[in-house]
This record gives sequence, structure tokens and C-alpha cells, in this order.
Amino acid sequence: MRYKIESRSEPSRRMAIAAPLVATGATLIISTVFFLSLGLDPFLTLYTFFIHPLTSMNGVSEWLLKASPLILIACGLAVGFRANVWNIGAEGQLIIGAISAAGIGLFSPWQDSIFLLPMMIIAGMLGGALWAAIPAFLKDRMNTNEILVTLMLTYVAGLLLSYLVHGPWRDPDGFNFPQTSLLPYAGTFELFDYSYRLNTSIFFTIVAVVLTWIFMERSLFGYKMSVGGVSPAASKYAGFSASASIWVGLLISGATAGLAGMTELAGPLGQLSSQISPGYGFAAIIVAFIGRLHAFGIVLGGLLLSLLYLGGETVQLILGLPSSIALIFQGMLLFFLLASNFFINFRIRKIGQRVS
Amino acid sequence: MTPRLELRGIYKSYPGVIANDNISLSVLPGEIHAVLGENGAGKSTLMKIIYGASPADQGEIVCDGEVLGEHGPAVSRQLGIEMVYQHFALFESITVAENIALSIPEKFDLDELSIKVRRVSEKYGLPIDPSRLVMSLSVGERQRVEIVRCLLRNPKLLILDEPTSVLTPQAVRILFKTLRKLSDEGCSILYISHKLDEVRELCHSATVLRGGRVTGKADPKQTTSIELARMMVGNELPAMTITPTEKTLAPLLRLDSLSYDPKDIVGTALKNINLEVFGGEIVGIAGISGNGQKELGSLVSGEQLANKNSEIMIDGESVGKLSAGVRRKRGFGFVPEERLGRGAVPTHTLSENTILTAHDKGMVQRGILKRDKAQEFAKNIISRFSVKANGPKALAQSLSGGNLQKFIMGREIELSPKVLLVSQPTWGVDVGAANYIWQTLIDLSRLGKAVLIISEELDELFEICDRLYVIADGELSHSLNRTETSVEEVGLLMTGVKNSERLKYAL
Repeated sequence: MRYKIESRSEPSRRMAIAAPLVATGATLIISTVFFLSLGLDPFLTLYTFFIHPLTSMNGVSEWLLKASPLILIACGLAVGFRANVWNIGAEGQLIIGAISAAGIGLFSPWQDSIFLLPMMIIAGMLGGALWAAIPAFLKDRMNTNEILVTLMLTYVAGLLLSYLVHGPWRDPDGFNFPQTSLLPYAGTFELFDYSYRLNTSIFFTIVAVVLTWIFMERSLFGYKMSVGGVSPAASKYAGFSASASIWVGLLISGATAGLAGMTELAGPLGQLSSQISPGYGFAAIIVAFIGRLHAFGIVLGGLLLSLLYLGGETVQLILGLPSSIALIFQGMLLFFLLASNFFINFRIRKIGQRVS
Repeated sequence: MTPRLELRGIYKSYPGVIANDNISLSVLPGEIHAVLGENGAGKSTLMKIIYGASPADQGEIVCDGEVLGEHGPAVSRQLGIEMVYQHFALFESITVAENIALSIPEKFDLDELSIKVRRVSEKYGLPIDPSRLVMSLSVGERQRVEIVRCLLRNPKLLILDEPTSVLTPQAVRILFKTLRKLSDEGCSILYISHKLDEVRELCHSATVLRGGRVTGKADPKQTTSIELARMMVGNELPAMTITPTEKTLAPLLRLDSLSYDPKDIVGTALKNINLEVFGGEIVGIAGISGNGQKELGSLVSGEQLANKNSEIMIDGESVGKLSAGVRRKRGFGFVPEERLGRGAVPTHTLSENTILTAHDKGMVQRGILKRDKAQEFAKNIISRFSVKANGPKALAQSLSGGNLQKFIMGREIELSPKVLLVSQPTWGVDVGAANYIWQTLIDLSRLGKAVLIISEELDELFEICDRLYVIADGELSHSLNRTETSVEEVGLLMTGVKNSERLKYAL
């Protein structure tokens, strides 16, 4: 008996729905085997990993708090990814967004004004967008590879941040810690409840998801960008501008990443330090792909990845397992997701033995 | 006599289509056997199976009385089966001899090989200089390289896939002479074609395919073209009606000394092209592929901008430096030769594909798409141009070549262009759809629109055009009236008679 892989004449709808379920199931089975081999109770471990974090209000608050920047950044990235504009440097744009917002928050003369926070928001988005404008300009004019440029600029942003918090922006009363002084009250987001860290910045994420959906699924410009992504020749034939796609793809993703940096700064952190992000800018790339570059899929992807982070911390605290378990889960889940997504467009077919 | 090759019950399917269904045929030593069929009848698939480039799902192949098991091209070539593909597999940046050396598994000496190449090529009347770079060869010359490469291995069976589609009528004569000589020496030839006249002239026997099945076996010399055509197409074709034309006073499309240097080295430079197309007429551009048609198409469409605005004029306005989208708004329509990936997005539905060029037709309000309008538009095209599709929600890639061509053509015509450029209107399209497409183009021109066709099929151009130009090596000939010219004259112009050096190689 022989088998062959062949492309489906149309993508399978059933498989599109089944893929995430199959991936989750496979992850659960393999991780059960994995935990058993380590001599752990698989049910207790999985419960601690996936369910326990969500049993307390604080857990839910942390879950949403971590998911929010991931979803926000992934929405922006997806716009570019659909048009084959590969911004890998959201982390750098996030850092520059946070730096710009911190500059306004700490050093502008309007320390008590109700306009301080809105100005920081604008500064954060502009900062991220400007940082992304560099690769956009280089790609549009000189056809440089935006993957390399955005990635390298991430390191530049990281070093700039490090310079600022170790040098000129360091808090004089901060015992030499590499961090700035705290933002004024007017420059931080309102908390929902003083017991938890979740704050009002989550509304920006909700608005961003809706706007992304409208832009990508309903607008002419979003349509043009996606044509440029799947069929560059058709886009040229139709007369759509390739450089507009490059600019919009990079500026939007830069702005959302900058905004995410700002919401981290003016939310849970309250000050600029050398560790502004635990890698949200890179993890958001995974989120965008788990969500299949679709706004609502990205929400699910962001919630899932955030839960993986949280679960990793929980098993570390409660069961004393290494935190790298979370990374193994991430890797496994991604692997199975991408593998089962393959079957949306392909299938395996049995073919008869050749007579011989 | 044992047949050189025998096929028994070959079956092969691709997703959604059975390419070969229970095909059997046999070829004797020295026989020139034609495999006739429309585009999409399954000829190329069958040849790939014989050559071993793609395995059959079922059935067996017998070579000189021995059953072949699973075999790849390497095994085939050991057995003496050689194949010349329709699309050549040559490296552009190295010489002819080096290209041939690459296909030789044993050790070789390049100088010795060059002498051998020269000897074989002269013996069979296919002169070729082994030291030339492939890049500098014309399409016809490249084909010679491929054939000589096969002949060097003394094949027992030579497979040729549509060999004449890239040749001038004169070069076809030379090829036929070579093939007859080979056949006299005992080499069997499988000759794949959809051109009836050629098959009747050259081949000893013919197997006709339609929709993946054998629909007839015939002695082509004893059978009329009409009978063969009926086996190929299945029914008789409606005749076309060409009414006399009334031309507009001023040309709707005008190219004024259009010149262009390609950015990559494989492109063809266009030299000083002058052309006028009036409303009410169909004008054709003939030529062998690779002589500048691609560049001309993308310059006129605006996918590539011209050097000067005045080099291209639509209805009296200079548009040379305007983008494709703006030209479309000025009344220009374009149906490109690549339907999937250029004329339509393969993974989008037909309805979404209307937005590609027709988004100005009320499908957008304040930047937001009105998908119901797009759907209506697509539905209208499907019924008006009798596109066989599963409704406006069918994916573009699920349509057959002919139906997608009808859809794209319909979409462009619905935009009511003043000038319509169609490149290779019937490539890969079955005869029924081709007739429909031709009639549509004729009707459009008789409504006072200007229609320009770029095609490599001379029959097609002579069928529907009022006037012809010929493009050769990036230069356009003078205008020819269809009623006053002949296939021979056009064929001579296709070789670029002005250039005597090229002519020597072409003839």
C-alpha cells in the first residue's frame, strides 16, 4: 500500500476547525507521557498548569494583563504579515514606544494635567511607528530585507534603553538601580481594583482587535494588502501600490508595538527599567500565527500564550517544576498546530499498488 | 515485431481531476506516433508517466517486451527513452556544451564533447555552436540543444512535447526532416501535439485523447482533419461571424517610439515600437515567444512604467508614466496570459476576484468593501459569459483554464474599456471556449472598441484579426492587412529577416 500527500482542491473547512482541537489533544497526550516518565501525576500537573491559574481573581487579572500586550502587538503584526511585510522587530518598537512615553511622562511640564496620559499614548505610538519607519524607508527605497533591519534595530533599541536607565534618566534617589523614577499619577492607567494589577489600558486592545478586523476583512486597503501578500503579480496587475503596503504594514505594527510598550510602562511597571518586556514583541509573532493572522483568532492565541506563561510560573511555585516546562509546552503546541494546519490545504491519500 | 513501447491501462489522477483514464497504446520501432488532444486532454501527464518523471497510479509500461516497474528518468534514459519538454531545462549562463555535459553521468572531456555535439548536430541538420552561451540563443536554437542532447545518447524512443509551439513555420520544416531521418534509423518517436496539419504530415499513426481517455486511433494520412478534430473535440464547432468593421477616426491606443531596456539580462529590449489601434478593429501581434511580448504587455498595461509619458497614449492622452490602476480608470482593460496569480488570485473566490479590478464599480463605500455588490457583479459575469463555476463563491483555482479565462475577460469587458489588451487569449483553453472567446472579442471590437491581441498562435490571429504586426527581437514590423498577407510572409518576419545572421540559424 502506498500513500501520497496531495493538495486539496479547496481548503477544508472541517480541518480548519479541527486543527486547534487536534493540536490541543496531541499536546495533552504527549505531555501526559512526558509527566509520567518524570514520575509526576499528569492530571495534577495539567490541572496546576492550565486550570489552577484561573481559579482566583488575581489569576484572571494577571492572565488578561499578559494577554493584552500580546494581542495588541499581534494585531499590528498580522496586518503586515498578510501583505508579506515581515516585521520581526516589534520588541524594539515596543521599547522605543516605552522610552518615548516615559520621556513625556517624566520630563514634560504637564505633570498633573489630565492630558498627560493621552500625550504619552500618542508619544508611544509615534515612537514605535518612527522606529518601524526606518526599515520601511530602507525597504521602499533600497529594497533592503525588513526581517534583518527590524531585528537588528531591536538590539539598537535595547542598548538605547540600557544607556538611558543606566545613565541620564536614572533615578537619582534609586540606589543606583537601572531604572527611572516613578511616573506621576496622571501618567498611569486607572486600575479596576486596587487588589489587582489589571488596568484600563485593556480597552485599547479591544478597540485594536475590532479595528484590525474591520481593516483586514472589510476595507479595500486591507484587501489590497492581502492580495499583495498572496499574489504579488496580481497586485501589480491590478495597479495596487506595493510601497503603500510596506509603509502601512510597518507603521501600523510599529504603532501597536509602541502602544503596547506604553501600556506596560504606564500600567504594571510605573517606571522605565532595563527589563521593560519579557519578550512580548517576539511572542506576539507566535500569537499572530496561532491566530492564523485573523483578529479574533489572535485574541484566542494571545489568551492561550498568556496562560502558558502563567501556568509555567504556577507549576514552578506550587510543584517546584522548572519554568522551562512552559517553553516545552509552547514548543509542542506550536509544532502540533502548524502540523495540523498543514492538513487544511493538503491531505494524505492511499493509492493502489501498481501491478507488476 | 515487438513494440518498442506499450502502455496498458494507465490511470493517473490529481485532486479533482482524472488526468489519464485507462490509456493503452503501442509504438513500433521506427514509428512516429502522434498523441493528439486539446490542452488539458492528459497528453503531458501521459508522457511524464512514460518518462518516469511522475508515477502512474495504475497500469503498466512495457518497453521492448519487458515490463517496467517503478522507474525514474535516470532508468528511462538507460533504456534509451529521451524526452524534450515543452519548457526547456537549460542553464542560461553557461555554454551549450557545458549544459549537455551536465546531463552526462559518465566522465567527459569538454573539447571532445564539443566536437561530438557539432558532428551530431550537423548530421541531423540542426546546426548549433557548442561554445555559445545559452542566454544568447533564440528559443528555436534552445530547442535544438535539447534535441541534440537527446540524440547524443542514441535514443530508441524520443518523446517530443509540443515541439513546434516555439518555432517559425520554416524551422518546423527543418525539425520534421530531422525527425524523419531518425525514424528511418529505427528510432521511435512519440509526437505530442494539438496541431492537426503537422500530425497529418509527419506521423505514421495517431492516438487521440479527450478528457484523459483514448477517443480514437487513426492513420493520420488516411483521415481528414475534420474527422481528427471531431475525435479531439467531440462535437462540431459553430462558425464565427465576422462583420465588416467601421474604424474610429483617431486611434484609441497609440505607441509612439516605445523603447525599453530590461532590468534583468534574460529580458528582451524593445526598440522604437510604433503601433496604432483604432476603435472598431482587432489588431494582432504575432511572434515567437521571448521576442519582447512579455515586456510589451507589461509596458502597455502599466505594470512596468515607460520612460516617457508620451510613448503610450490611450484615447489621445499620454499615460506612459501612469500606474496600471490609473490606466484602467482611463479606459484600459487587460487580460494577461497568466490567469492564476496575475489575472486572478488563486485562493480568492470569484466574487473577491472581481474587486481586484472592478472595485470602482460601486463595491466600495468610504473605504469599506460592499461584498454583496461584488457578489452580484461576479454572478452577472458568470451568467453573461457562460462561465462554468460553482457560483460566485467558487475559488479561482477551482476553475478550468478556459472558464477562468472567460471570467477574467468578462470582468474586464464589464468595466467597459475603450482599449482591451488580451495576451494569449486561448492558451490552455479548449476549442469550445476558444471559439466563444474569439467571438466575444470580435463583438467587442464591432462596438467601436480597440482590441489588441498578443498571441503565439498564428491560426488564431489569422482567424480573428483585421490587421497584424509581427514582433521579432524587440522590434515591431510594419502593419499587415490580414487579407493581403500570408502565413509565409508572417513566418519570415517572425524570424526577423532584417537580421541576416539570425536568419541563417533560423532557417
